[in-house]
Amino acid sequence: MTDAHAIGAPEWQRARLHVVTGKGGTGKTTAASALALALASGSGTPRRVLLAEVEGRQGISQTFDVPPLGTDETRIARTSSGGEILGLSVDAKAALLEYLQLFYKLGRAGKLLEKFGAIDFATTIAPGVRDVLLIGRLYEANRRRRDGRHRGASPAAYDAIVMDAPPTGRIGRFLSVNSEVADLARVGPIHSQAESITDLLESEQTLVHIVTLLEEMPVQETLEAVRELRSKDLRVGLIFVNMVRDPLLDDVALEQARTGRLHKPSISSQLADAGVTATPELVDGLLEEAYDHAHRVDLETEQLALLEETGLPLVILPALPEGVDSGSVRELADILLDELEEVGLAR
Amino acid sequence: MTQTPHTPAHSPAHVRAAQAAPRLDIDAMIADRSVEVVVCCGAGGVGKTTTAAALGLRAAEAGRRVVVLTIDPARRLAQALGLSELDNTPRPVVGFDASAGGSLDAMMLDMKRTFDEVVLAHADPGKAEQILANPFYQAVSSSFAGTQEYMAMEKLGQLKAAAGSSPDGWDLIIVDTPPSRSALDFLDAPNRLGSFLDGRFIRLLSAPAKASGRAGVKVFGLGVQLVSSTMTKILGGQFLTDVQTFVAALDTMFGGFRERADETYRLLSRAGTSFLVVAAPERDALREASYFVDRLQADRMPLSGLVVNRMGRVSAGALTPSRALAVAEALEDRGGPKSAENAAGLLRLHAAVVTIAQRQRELAERFSRSHPDVPVVQVPALNRDVHDLESLREVGNALAGP
Repeated sequence: MTDAHAIGAPEWQRARLHVVTGKGGTGKTTAASALALALASGSGTPRRVLLAEVEGRQGISQTFDVPPLGTDETRIARTSSGGEILGLSVDAKAALLEYLQLFYKLGRAGKLLEKFGAIDFATTIAPGVRDVLLIGRLYEANRRRRDGRHRGASPAAYDAIVMDAPPTGRIGRFLSVNSEVADLARVGPIHSQAESITDLLESEQTLVHIVTLLEEMPVQETLEAVRELRSKDLRVGLIFVNMVRDPLLDDVALEQARTGRLHKPSISSQLADAGVTATPELVDGLLEEAYDHAHRVDLETEQLALLEETGLPLVILPALPEGVDSGSVRELADILLDELEEVGLAR
Repeated sequence: MTQTPHTPAHSPAHVRAAQAAPRLDIDAMIADRSVEVVVCCGAGGVGKTTTAAALGLRAAEAGRRVVVLTIDPARRLAQALGLSELDNTPRPVVGFDASAGGSLDAMMLDMKRTFDEVVLAHADPGKAEQILANPFYQAVSSSFAGTQEYMAMEKLGQLKAAAGSSPDGWDLIIVDTPPSRSALDFLDAPNRLGSFLDGRFIRLLSAPAKASGRAGVKVFGLGVQLVSSTMTKILGGQFLTDVQTFVAALDTMFGGFRERADETYRLLSRAGTSFLVVAAPERDALREASYFVDRLQADRMPLSGLVVNRMGRVSAGALTPSRALAVAEALEDRGGPKSAENAAGLLRLHAAVVTIAQRQRELAERFSRSHPDVPVVQVPALNRDVHDLESLREVGNALAGP
């Protein structure tokens, strides 16, 4: 599992901004939430973690069973070790207005900008500006100290920041705000903010994690994202393999199921002995289910091999039969901590 | 992420709901020659593209002259359709059964090229070149959220025009929609882009280029100067200059953009169009489908129904999961031969399969309870990825139902 590109424990320790992406439907929010919990409860001292979403989906509030998140950082969970997680739904418009207020003290102009559609223009249409604002909000949180200032000796406001980021299809563009925006806005504060953000994203402080399922499309997108991110000098951290089901048949039985060689009469008699009315339809049905299962396992094995070729640490998260809620996401966080330890990253 | 419903799996309410949901008859839709456009929409990752392709193949083999417009197909699916590259041109699909007199073409949307083509078609060569070289145009045409939707609509309009221009042209256009955050983006984004290009702010930005100095102030008042100087401060003068050049160059096409977006929207609400909402049996995907269905109904858009893909398949339906688990445990306790171990494994597998399928059915039924008038078809999961016409045909059979 080691590779020239793969991160080790020192890189993991230095990382402060964890960007979590993945194809839609793979459970990005779940993985980001579990990661935030794991980071908050890890390594001895209580830790403060910011978990932020940038697409206004309110996925985090659903995962933690808390009221919808706003543009203020709000505590959404505590860990048994005393760590805490604050949640935030970053909104480009609010970020821009805050930013204008902070740097330009715009009273009337702010309102005018809004009235003329300039705010809408900047946050929805001007290419890349929106992304600069969204990441910029976290860039600011990353620099902030406990006392609320952005310099001085006070400890950092957050020990780690986890971003539930846009999906793999858009992540490369989202994170390469510099080339997008700095080329368009060649001077001015948006330009310089884009540059500072790029410095943060390309530094050791940032890791991008990708969530996938063992299915063709998500794995294909994961591999493309790994290539793209690496070509943009961004560090890929973990690959979360989500919703993995335990094998229910051993290898020999799987091979027999796949080739239709499971011995019907003996299975039938075992079932009958155990008190089941083993009609031929029932036995055929069970074998058909086993056949489907064997093919699904083959497909998954093939996809897992492709992921292993990246040399990146794979973190396996199990499928939760009842879906994800505020309780089960903690279970996933515990599993994640164990797995991080196993690949030599945590504790 | 929220709790599962506390309704038991076999309550009478479920039975009633299951009976109440009308069946979506795909073959009747295909046979109905008045249906000329089918739009497949839904959240990302639910199998929209596969549904569009399978539907296209089935319709072509039933005698329709079909073109399938895909946005971002999986590699194997693209190969199945014979699409080796994203080249923005409909290509005949090789290997389908043409005995019923149908035809099948497929294409992948190249959004930048489609945008370029619009520019080339509407501006004189010199102006077109100027637009294509503008950095702001390049950014808008390749990355603006919504451009993909706008261009999918644009391409649909073009295909529709091409289909109408020849008696042997396509009589059925099947459109896959872009993988956006929300299925609603497909309806809203074109209008957003259209009204932006036609809007007050753009006029304001272009004002200094058209009527510099005092005239501009006269037209828009003092606020404009404040806004434009603030924008210059924040974004830099070059950025605004690029935008202004872009806007000035697009001037001739202005009405065009807005009109085209409106026209395509009208096309979508006409009777010849049919929306097929696609979902996977998962809470988020079905919620997205709900929003979309509500919106279509509110806008009086023609909805043909909901396709729920990837339903778990249960082959040994007679055995309940709890019974299967109990027997598996008994077999394991007895510590019998390998065949007993295998039988126990099969039973545990069965219990898992049924539990998942039940949960999926409950989610689908929950949708039908809140939308009792929407026809639904449930499509069982294939045990392999779709990678050739044969597997697409299988999906098509499943779409048409037992």
